[in-house]
Amino acid sequence: MITNTATNHIKEETVIESLQIMIDALPVLLQGMWLTVLITVISLAIALVIGLVLGIFSITQNKILRGISTLYVDAIRGTPILVQILFIYFGLPAATDLSLNAFTAGIIAISINAGAYLVEIFRAGINSIDKGQMEAGRTLGFSYSETMRLIILPQAVKRMIPAIVNQFIVSIKDTSILSVIGIAELTMSGQSIYANNFRAFEILFMVGVLYFIIVYSLTLFARWLERRLDVA
Amino acid sequence: MIKIENLKKSFGELEVLKDMNVEVKPQEVVCVIGPSGSGKSTFLRCINRLEEPTGGSIYIEGNDITDPGNNINEMRKNLGMVFQQFNLFPHMTVLQNITTAPKRLNGKSQTEADKLGKQLLDKVGLADKADVYPDNLSGGQKQRAAIARALAMEPSIMLFDEPTSALDPEMVGDVLEVMKSLAKEGMTMIIVTHEMGFAREVADRVIFMDGGYIVEEGNPQDLFDNPQEKRTQDFLSKVL
Repeated sequence: MITNTATNHIKEETVIESLQIMIDALPVLLQGMWLTVLITVISLAIALVIGLVLGIFSITQNKILRGISTLYVDAIRGTPILVQILFIYFGLPAATDLSLNAFTAGIIAISINAGAYLVEIFRAGINSIDKGQMEAGRTLGFSYSETMRLIILPQAVKRMIPAIVNQFIVSIKDTSILSVIGIAELTMSGQSIYANNFRAFEILFMVGVLYFIIVYSLTLFARWLERRLDVA
Repeated sequence: MIKIENLKKSFGELEVLKDMNVEVKPQEVVCVIGPSGSGKSTFLRCINRLEEPTGGSIYIEGNDITDPGNNINEMRKNLGMVFQQFNLFPHMTVLQNITTAPKRLNGKSQTEADKLGKQLLDKVGLADKADVYPDNLSGGQKQRAAIARALAMEPSIMLFDEPTSALDPEMVGDVLEVMKSLAKEGMTMIIVTHEMGFAREVADRVIFMDGGYIVEEGNPQDLFDNPQEKRTQDFLSKVL
């Protein structure tokens, strides 16, 4: 009976201590989280442009443009993101005068990686629109690009949202690999804390919670967006 | 108004159009009939270059539409087209479907375009459907909306590619009525159709195509009642 109370007492103390460690770590982790969000937002904005432009390249009649698009997608999808990150940060400076700071290298790597997957999403989305839509636009007198912008893309993008969001979520989590080139994003921040206090359980738990918050906010935003577009 | 000379079109090895020569006068209504696979839709789609002709020339009011030096987008404004599958824009209301092109391409203000759009909807009997999305229209209503959309660019020529073939039988009449009233107003029209009754009543001239050629052409009475060619006779005996 007495021993039991004692154990409970000790357990309670451990929980309080764990919570205290998590709270203490929060300021540093939030800084890391901010960097993760910053890298993600910049990279995905760039990736969307890459995806749209090369996605349209991949459906044109022009063989050279199609070739560029295919080569890019195949090269990126065929290699691990870790290798891509290391290549841009260590590989390029070793062979050229080009030397990038870790932050820039990280953004380039995530943009190029997510861009390749978005090319495929855009290509499939645009192809899923009946070709009669392009014909109807063109016969009214719209140019190819006007028809794309006014008629094809608004319909295609609506269909692509779930796939785009899925890729965004993958990319958010991929930013954790940037810790290997020393960017103090969320994962790296966590690592630096438990390297000092040896409380890996509490710190990594908190890191997980913070990633979940980022990803879940995006998921909620996407659901809201889909509902809004569904009205039209 | 339209002058087509030595028009040829091949898809790879397959020769779909073999030397077509057609002239259409202003305000003339020409119906093109023939068995499926005879090339009549391809012929129509070459006129506004939805299909790139392999050879020949197509003059629209004197300008060759096959000449790369001519602005295809400008020339198409003058050539309204109506498709078998309607091809309305599902993300726009019926009114927006009609007003987008005149607003963006003909410099009409929102108010002018809306006014024009409502007039056209009234004309095709859809005045109450302006703010509805195409998914909520019946087939016949969709096709009438599509005709209104094509008319909004104020073209001088209208091309119809089997406009009633995708419709339930009871919807066909309304669409044909709209086309008839257009013909009465003096619109120049080329119509690919399977509606022989309509062709007989409305066409000034009927063209019978088979195997990529014009087999026979003439006014509807002569062609339907007294066809000269064996192939025309065979075809008409099956469809009439």
